[in-house]
This record gives sequence, C-alpha cells and structure tokens, in this order.
Amino acid sequence: MDMKRDYYEDVRLFSSPAVVFWFVVLLGALYLFPLFAENYYVYVANYIAINIIVATGLNLLVGYTGQISLGHAGFFAIGAYGTIILMAKAGLPFLLALPGAALIAAGFGFFLGLPSLRLEGPYLAIATLGFGLTITQVIGRVQLFGGREGLHAPDITIGSWIIDTDKEFYILLITLTIFLLLFMRNLIRTRVGRAFIAIRDADIAASTMGVNILYYKTLAFAVSAFYAGIGGGLYAFVLKFIEPEIFTLMMSIMFLAMVVVGGLGSMMGSIAGATLLCWLDLKLRNILSIPYIGDWLEHLSKNWFSITGVSNIQFIVFGTIMILIMLFEPLGLFGVWIRTKKYWRTWPF
Amino acid sequence: MTDLIQMIVSGIATGSSYALMGLAMVIIYKTSEVPNFAQGEMALISSFFAMMLLTSFNLNVYLAFSLAFLFAAVLGCFLEFAVLRRAKEPNVLGMIVITIGIEMVILGFVSWKFGAEQKTMPFPIDPYDSLFIGDIFLKKLDILTLVSALVLMVVLFVFFRFSKLGLAMKATQQNSVAARIVGVRTNRILMVTWGISSLVGAVAGLLISPTIMHPYMMWDPMLKGFAAAVMGGMTSLPGAVVAAYMLGIIENLFGGYISIEFKTVVAFVIIVAVLCFKPSGLFARHYVKKV
Repeated sequence: MDMKRDYYEDVRLFSSPAVVFWFVVLLGALYLFPLFAENYYVYVANYIAINIIVATGLNLLVGYTGQISLGHAGFFAIGAYGTIILMAKAGLPFLLALPGAALIAAGFGFFLGLPSLRLEGPYLAIATLGFGLTITQVIGRVQLFGGREGLHAPDITIGSWIIDTDKEFYILLITLTIFLLLFMRNLIRTRVGRAFIAIRDADIAASTMGVNILYYKTLAFAVSAFYAGIGGGLYAFVLKFIEPEIFTLMMSIMFLAMVVVGGLGSMMGSIAGATLLCWLDLKLRNILSIPYIGDWLEHLSKNWFSITGVSNIQFIVFGTIMILIMLFEPLGLFGVWIRTKKYWRTWPF
Repeated sequence: MTDLIQMIVSGIATGSSYALMGLAMVIIYKTSEVPNFAQGEMALISSFFAMMLLTSFNLNVYLAFSLAFLFAAVLGCFLEFAVLRRAKEPNVLGMIVITIGIEMVILGFVSWKFGAEQKTMPFPIDPYDSLFIGDIFLKKLDILTLVSALVLMVVLFVFFRFSKLGLAMKATQQNSVAARIVGVRTNRILMVTWGISSLVGAVAGLLISPTIMHPYMMWDPMLKGFAAAVMGGMTSLPGAVVAAYMLGIIENLFGGYISIEFKTVVAFVIIVAVLCFKPSGLFARHYVKKV
C-alpha cells in the first residue's frame, strides 16, 4: 500500500486522494474555527500558529540540514521589531513590512550561516547562542527600538480591511501559516530540499556529488531566519506590545525544544511539537486551577517546597519531556505516531 | 595608568569564575564529547544546598561546604548514570537537548523551592571586603577565586597527565572501544568524570554566591565559561583557562573604555571572530573529519 513505484510518486504533494480530501476538510475546519470558539481559544490558536511557523523554519535548519541554532529568538526579535518599525517609522503597509522585516532577518541568517561553514557541534551552538544574546542586548540599548520601554504595535490595515480583533487576525495568520507550510513542503521535496538532506547526512560526500555547500548552508540559515522573522512580526501583533525581555535565550531553547519534541526532519513533527509545548505552556501557567493535580501540587508545595505556590513548574515539565523524548524516542512525537501506525497496520502480528 | 591596571585586575577576577566553569565543561567534553549546558545549574543547586545547610540547619561553614561538594559530586555521577548513559543514539544535538532538559528541570526545582528573589549567602569572607596594593584595590573574595582557579587548574592538569584515572579518562575519550579492551571500565570513568566536573562547577558556584544568589545567577558565568572553553578548543584545560582570562580582561577593558552597555556581548563577538579564523579554537589540534 505504501510502496513507491517511481520517482514522481515519491515527490508528490499529496500521496492519495484521501489525503487531499482530509486536507480540504482540515482547511475548512481551520477557517470555521473562530465562528465557534471563544476569544481566548482563538488567542491560543494564534499563539500556536506563530510557533508552528518558527518551529517549521527551525526544523529546516536543525532537522533537515543538520545545523544547530540556539539563536532563533534573535531572528524572531528582528522580525518583530522590524515589522513594527517599518510600519510605524517608515509608513509601509503591513503586507510589505512583514516580508521586509523577515528579509532583514534572512540577511542576518545569511551572515550567521557564513561561520557555520567551518563550525559544527558545540562551536556552532555557542556562535548562534551569542548571536541571539547580542541581538537582545543591542535592541534593548538603542533608542530607535524603544530601548527598555518597548514598542506598541500599530493597527493592521489591508486595503479597507482593518484588523483589530483576535478573530480577524486569526484569519490572516492561518492563511499565512498554510501558505508558508506548503512552501516549506515544496521546498523540501524538490532539489533544494534533497541538497539540504544530503548536507545533513554527509556534507563532504554531498560536496563531492556537486552540492554547493556554501550556497545551501547559508540558504538554509536564511530561509530558517525568514520563517522566524515572519513569526516574530506576527507575534508582535498578538502581544500588541514588545520589549527586549521577551526574546530571551529561554525562547530560543523553547523553539529548539519544539522541533526536537515534535521530531527532527518532519514537518508534522514540528506542528505537533509546537502545538503540544505551546498548549502546555499556557496550561501550566495556572496549573493550580486544574482539578486533582492542582490540589495535589499545592499540598506537595506547601509541605516540601515553598508556600508561595508553584512558579516555574513549566520548566520542570518541559525539561522532563525533552529528556524523556531524547532517551526513549529520538524521533519525537512523529516517531511515536509512526510506530503506532505501524502497530495497527500490521495488527495481530 | 592606575585605571588600566585596576581594570585588568578586575578582569582577571571575573575571568577566574569563567575559568572554573570553563574547566568544568572541558573535563566533561574531553572524556564524553558532551557539551554540558546543565553545568551552571548543577553548580547552582549545589550552592543553594550549601546555603540551606548554613541557614536552615546552622551547620559549621566548613562542614556545610564539604557536604555541598559531596552533593555536587554525587549529583554529577547520578546524572551521568541515570540520564546520559541511557541515551539511545547519542549525537551532539541529542546531548545538547538532554543537558538543556536537565538544566531546565534543576532550574525549575530551585526556583520553586527558593523563590526568584536575591538571597544572601552566609559566606565566611565578606564579598565587599577588600585590600589595597598601592592604588589598586582587590576584593578578598576575588583573590580566593583566583587562587582556587589556579590551584584547581594545576591539580586537574597533573591529574589528567599523570594519574592512572586521568590516563584512563584520556584513553576513553580517544578510543573507547580500545580502552574497554585493555580493561578500562569506560562507564565508570564517565561517571567519575561527571562527578569531578560537577565538583569544579560547584566551587565556581560557591565563589559566585556571596555576590549574586538567585536562580539565574549561573547563566552568565556558565555561558561565558562555555564560550571560553569553546575558544580554548573544548578539549584543552590550559586553553580554557587562558581564554577565560582573556575574555574577562577584554570584557572589562571594553566596559571601561568603549561602552559599558555592550560589555556582556563583547565576549560573543570575540568568540565568533576567533572561531571564523580558528574553527577548532585557539589551543586544540584541528582534526580533519573523514567522510
């Protein structure tokens, strides 16, 4: 059933009519969602969609090209600040400012990609980490970027459509997300994507086969930074207000965690990982209001920890998830899904 | 002139705590090739453990510190045994993710238990107690940090070069299969390595704790120590120490003469610049990768 008979079957966008059908159903459900959902859930969906964009971009870099980045909060910040400044100071419309800012982020990604030609492993980790921290510091100190006080996001207008509610923003966001995901899917299944995968598996071998390492590694960084920039630009309008303290090292770590928990080198994985971690993040902030678990935790906290309640429990949960995923299922949620599918397909055996 | 000397001296003092963290990371990377992002938090929990012993149990300072060091060593061994050893397909990214996971768990527990606000550590030396040599003032705590960094470096260097255990560690790093064949218990060696490294990190944590003591106190020293270790070549003990002092001094001079605001980021700019020209760091031999 799953057998691929020729090359074109392998690179098809949809592997069967059933997939096309379910894809259309999913699209319909996504667009009808704000009609039925409360405002808070639309906000949650916006938050998740933005993280899906960034996680997909980071997965291209980490999962498909095999480079490490601990600095994606930097690109995210460039996207957020760039979009607001291009709109407020340069007077560009939103639909130009967002890709403009993302292109600036991609430019930075290109420059960060240059040292990656010679660096790998911990060396690359520290270089990207330093980049992320530097961006946050610079933004916090320069007056154009509002300094420590931060910036307020202006209203978005597209033609005569003024977007001022979460639900309207959701429609715009989900359209962009679907477009970007389809673009990424197409990028990966074509020649460029195969070059990325070849570099991940063996870069020297890839270069002897004629893959231009300089071009493709920097391209991977640039595309990944572009996605992070788009995510950042959109995030600014979800928060309505941005300040340098948002874009911390912890944010870069969270992006990496989403990719790893979801599954390296799989787009479904990025989507699942981003959804799971964002949802957990929002849930765990008020864990004490969850029945049973909340009471038990409060009791535990009063007896053994502090009486002021559980403040940073999401760190513990995320850390544990990251460790367990790496120990037991290095392919992440996607690996769990594959195994479950195989189990049921071959069932009594 | 006095300003310049004063800045260099303070830079050396800052560099010492970076050097200790850098040493701790190099020890682990040397034997197991794991870039340990949890190093800072392992030191963090050890210093909070010492503080708890001192304030809640009113123990003697020396006893409390010895227990904290013991705790650190056991914690390191435990983490290697319980987490790192269980990793299925160890690659660099996997190891980075696991250690970041450990870091987040410890950070979560420490900030849950002790709260996020600044604490005071009942340390035997007052952190602002200083002496003057000519016009230059030196904090006593900084002198202690400097001396401990140098002593530990010499001890570790001698240990790695001459002791049986140190040689076994070297053998494990260079070729773990061959090491096992000649009778080195590589698993146990790795465990001991983590213990030693955690101990060195705890020294750094305890020496930092009189001035700053909150759950995020180790982030900056850990990142700078890691940066120094990378700059020194990740496998070279003297390299990490030299790089740490360089970073400390350059950072302080930059803060003094050019811009105090960008003081913390200058280290990373230097790192990227150095790595562009010497991709394996300043003091490591560059191994050519085979296909």
